[in-house]
Amino acid sequence: MAVTKEDVRHVASLARLAFSDAEIEELAAEMSEILGFFESLARVDTAGVEPAFRALRRENVVRDDDVGEMLSPDDALANAPDREGNYFRVPGILPKE
Amino acid sequence: MSSVLDRIEAVEPKTRALLYVHDRGELLDEASAIDAARSSGDPLGPIAGVPVVIKDNIATKGIPTTAASRILSRFAPPYDATAVERLRAAGGVIVGKANMDEFAMGSSNENSAFVAARNPWDLARVPGGSSGGSAAAVAAGEAVLSLGSDTGGSVRQPSGFCGVVGVKPTYGRVSRYGLIAFASSLDQIGPVSRDVEGAAALLGAVAGEDPRDSTTGVEPVPDYLSELEGGCSGFTLGVPEEYFSEGLSPDVESAVRGAIDVLAAAGANVRSISLPHAEHGISAYYVVADAEASSNLARYDGIKYDQRACGHRDLFDTYCATRSEGFGREVKRRIMLGTYALSAGYRDEWYLKAQKVRALIAADFARAFDEVDAVVGPTSPTRAFEVGARIDDPIQMYLADVYTTHANLAGIAAISVPCDPGDGGLPVGFQIMVDKFQESAMFRIARAYERAAGLGRGVPEL
Repeated sequence: MAVTKEDVRHVASLARLAFSDAEIEELAAEMSEILGFFESLARVDTAGVEPAFRALRRENVVRDDDVGEMLSPDDALANAPDREGNYFRVPGILPKE
Repeated sequence: MSSVLDRIEAVEPKTRALLYVHDRGELLDEASAIDAARSSGDPLGPIAGVPVVIKDNIATKGIPTTAASRILSRFAPPYDATAVERLRAAGGVIVGKANMDEFAMGSSNENSAFVAARNPWDLARVPGGSSGGSAAAVAAGEAVLSLGSDTGGSVRQPSGFCGVVGVKPTYGRVSRYGLIAFASSLDQIGPVSRDVEGAAALLGAVAGEDPRDSTTGVEPVPDYLSELEGGCSGFTLGVPEEYFSEGLSPDVESAVRGAIDVLAAAGANVRSISLPHAEHGISAYYVVADAEASSNLARYDGIKYDQRACGHRDLFDTYCATRSEGFGREVKRRIMLGTYALSAGYRDEWYLKAQKVRALIAADFARAFDEVDAVVGPTSPTRAFEVGARIDDPIQMYLADVYTTHANLAGIAAISVPCDPGDGGLPVGFQIMVDKFQESAMFRIARAYERAAGLGRGVPEL
């Protein structure tokens, strides 16, 4: 299982992580080794097996649409690094002109 | 209460089991209030006045909850987890928050972003992980009970390493509301205690359906304590041949075989069974857990939880910088592996394949439970290893979970109880696994063992 430095850069960007060149090199080697170890999964015959996404099957759990207890805006925003009124304030999404 | 607080003060510099200790005055007031209620004959909860520490990935209102990560280092949740709410209602007194591997990712506690907890029986060794602080605190007498979390062995493995009792309940037995999510289809909150009775009392107090977690089971919670002394006669125990093969250290094997003999002498039937897909547990577990973690940890983006990297003008750079500064090495490695396993072109090969193998492992156990009441074996392949021994070798670290991931993958319940190593050395954990919602039988068998073998080893000198 060979994970290339290009793969690492691509996955890092998907995962919103930034790495130095040295870290990328290290990760490529580590991920190759670890995924190589996990490759034994490929040997298992899983023809016709349904994936087990959850351990306990409970479907369509619903409740009445009643207003219950809720957090106040101040409690909900208490950990916000940056706040404006009752909103989380975020850095710009589009570059400024 | 004051003896526990004195003990914390005395041993904490050595064990590093706790990340937060609550104000002494407030705790003593809380304890006196319970004493007063007791003497005036008021009804008290089942764990009234018992000092408890809570793993630091379980939300405690107004009390820091960091998951041992820099990215949450100043986070104090605005609400209590359901398990914490129920623990308080049962009279438990929260004395502090327990150290852990960052985001519960690790088997040694060395991945704590703040300080690595140590094994109270040998400070040069790890307490196990990820609930290493919980197990070390209970073993060292810094608390009577603890709530940990177990995603692939994170309650049982450290409990085994530290010579205490640890439980991974059935998936859905305890609400995950307020548990900082690592791998949502595997995570369960579970008790750590000095004896089986303590674990049964604590699980009874926190278990049950919760409207705030739709994955909780509707099954009623039995009175575990009333059935505890029922003995193990009539139960059939299955010993999986796959658990006694390559990689199991001989001293652990002889201790665990000795424990099985004790149960046989106490009236249990013992037979050999096979779990043909057992060897693929680690691989299936890590692929599924890392994939779910990569998704769950996407929420730490520098917008909602206090930490934000400074000086970045746009959102993408803010995300990347915050996450890269805030997460430790193992957490980043797992996010990367999980993102890879879910990314376009690789999802079928890795994530779906692992979930199919998971189904086969669950089917192995379902077949076993047609024939036996419990599956028994070692909790871990070795005793506590030395600090630093595995931290640079992720695969060796992952292999510490070789016998514990199965219960999470299959959603069944399991307990680790200390068994007699026979040589006076470090503790060895003996694991008893039962089918979903069969915790009563699990506690009965564990208690029968404990009664026949004699209680553990007391508290270390330190």
